[in-house]
Amino acid sequence: MKHTISALVENKSGVLARIAGLFSARGFNIDSLAVGETQDTAISRMTIVVRGDDAVLEQVCKQLNKLVDVIKVQDFAGKDFVDRELILLKVSTDGKTRHEVLQIVEIFRAKIIDIKAKSMTIEATGSDSKVDAIIDMLRPFGIKELARTGKIAIARG
Amino acid sequence: MKGAEILIESFRKEKVDVVFGYPGGSVLDIFDIIYKSGLRFILTRHEQGAAHAADGYARATGKTGVCIATSGPGATNLVTGIATAYMDSVPMVAITGQVPTRMIGNDAFQEADITGITRPITKHNYLVKDIDELPRILKEAFYIASTGRPGPVLVDIPKDIQNASTDNKYPDSVEMRGYKPNYEGHIQQIKKAAEMIMAAQRPVIYAGGGVIISNGSEELAKLAGKAGIPVTTTLLGLGSFPSTDDLSLGMLGMHGTKYANLAVQDTDLLIAVGARFDDRVTGKVSEFAPHAKVIHIDIDPTSIRKNVNVDIPVVGDVKKVLAELIKNIKKCDTQPWLNKIGRWKKEYPLSYGKGGLKPQFVIEKIYELTKGDAIITTEVGQNQMWAAQFYKYTRPRTFISSGGLGTMGYGLPAAMGAQAGCPGKLVFDIAGDGSIQMNIQELTTCVLNKLPVKIIILNNGCLGMVRQWQELFYGGRYSSTILNAKGPDGEKGITFCEENRCHPYLPDFIKLAGAFGAEGVRISKDSEVVPALKKAIESDKTYIIECIVDPEENVFPMVPAGASLNEMIESMA
Repeated sequence: MKHTISALVENKSGVLARIAGLFSARGFNIDSLAVGETQDTAISRMTIVVRGDDAVLEQVCKQLNKLVDVIKVQDFAGKDFVDRELILLKVSTDGKTRHEVLQIVEIFRAKIIDIKAKSMTIEATGSDSKVDAIIDMLRPFGIKELARTGKIAIARG
Repeated sequence: MKGAEILIESFRKEKVDVVFGYPGGSVLDIFDIIYKSGLRFILTRHEQGAAHAADGYARATGKTGVCIATSGPGATNLVTGIATAYMDSVPMVAITGQVPTRMIGNDAFQEADITGITRPITKHNYLVKDIDELPRILKEAFYIASTGRPGPVLVDIPKDIQNASTDNKYPDSVEMRGYKPNYEGHIQQIKKAAEMIMAAQRPVIYAGGGVIISNGSEELAKLAGKAGIPVTTTLLGLGSFPSTDDLSLGMLGMHGTKYANLAVQDTDLLIAVGARFDDRVTGKVSEFAPHAKVIHIDIDPTSIRKNVNVDIPVVGDVKKVLAELIKNIKKCDTQPWLNKIGRWKKEYPLSYGKGGLKPQFVIEKIYELTKGDAIITTEVGQNQMWAAQFYKYTRPRTFISSGGLGTMGYGLPAAMGAQAGCPGKLVFDIAGDGSIQMNIQELTTCVLNKLPVKIIILNNGCLGMVRQWQELFYGGRYSSTILNAKGPDGEKGITFCEENRCHPYLPDFIKLAGAFGAEGVRISKDSEVVPALKKAIESDKTYIIECIVDPEENVFPMVPAGASLNEMIESMA
């Protein structure tokens, strides 16, 4: 099952390696990982998306909590939360396809942030499913490059 | 103060009375301060020896063990010792030198990323990049190592930081938002546990190393006595409950007593105290204690439900939780259950056969002569299991062994550390002829520092435990486990094999003892055991007794790896 884990950690060197180590030691591949400062610059939030057996992940979360540099850990699985991801996507376009691509961009409320004769770069944000959907829609035109931030998430309320 | 001075100041403030280590280029500044400080420093002959000695010191005294090594190979030589301490929750602070800050990451001479290497085997570690942070980091290191579930903490100090100065003082207290160990058990959980205990018909306490770490042996004895509950212990729990007590079941698990394993398989309530349901204890985990509800008391939340499901978890310090639990318990009647166990004890005592000098016999005699008052360290393998089975531990901190990691070569340096911490005590290292060779260089350290450790080498000419597995599960193909010239079927006893012009057992441990400045004697008959032991005990020297034992003796009972605790092999027949 897919888990979205949010960890508040000390904003220090070495913390990322400690956290990544708990997953890699068990052979888990991290789907995505996003890190940034919180309202307190001494604290960072890491949002980790990982697939794995529920019991094993419960153990991993406990072990995350045990790390001295980790302040708080939350597994959002089964909880009420909002999540977003931002992508930058460069798609091939020409005179014939440009209009169709623009329509897709509009439907998904994405943005064109760069345009050249043979390509357009699109910025889109949304949940997993929305981001995946726009990527699927643009794939037939030829995706030249794709960059994803990885998911960030926060509990509701 | 300079970085190196702050380090020695931290030892003084933390009441460190002995430090084990080995110098080198990146710690010259630290050693220069040690030279002037009057600190008791024990120079080992290998950094691994320093780490194990700090570990043995910590386990024997309950204080934090400290070791120092230089950068690169010095630091990597500590790794096995740190991992050993980590697996067995031993409080330790390991100090390593590092190349100067500006050279880190440039493949400098004797550079190794030791914080990277030790990340999964330390409770926490630090690379000090700023001299102003050094006092706080050292304070935190000692605090983290010794509180909560203890463990090793490594502090890597670059050479330039050792020489840099700061006005920051060594702090009196620490404040870490990410580290707040919880000692008090939840009172509602404790009350529920008490009710469950009083309702049980066939309860068993399964006590681990956590009881000893929390100094909770007295409380454990009170609980067991008040509620009439038999107690079995893990390997590291030996000594947490007197094995001479009627309620004692001895050790459980792979090489546990048959009656302990039968009791666990029959119990309706298993009370796990400071133990972690290791695979050597549970055997096949799905068939472990099949009729039991489980209460689990442990300070580490990650131990709970890691391997088995738990009905009532209590996260907290064993000593405190047990004290609270005792208050909530009335006397219980478990006599029918104790009678049943009594019959098992009579029917299935630990035993061994006849033929040649038996290693178990040697250990029984050590117990008889020391009246259970010695500190016993072990290496790993058959020697370790026999030492666990045939010596009766009655006090905490008297059995010191690498349980989790199973580190061969642990016993001698650990004995040395224990002896340094407990000068008045008799300290024995029970060793095999294989494992003793892994850190035998520490004999020098023992002799030079007047640490009169008694080393009992149970010489069976082979790597006994692995050979035992080969005999039982690999068709008797003794692949690379025979250490002597003849093999276990060859000549027994001491004769020199003319054709090879060599001793049948290599090395000649008695000559080796002489070369290291220790005393040594070789025995091979039952009648020689007591006189040799008496002489060693009376001697104030480091002493080797090499016992030429029956080479094919095995450790029984044995639960094969992955089998249920019911499936015990009791003998070769």
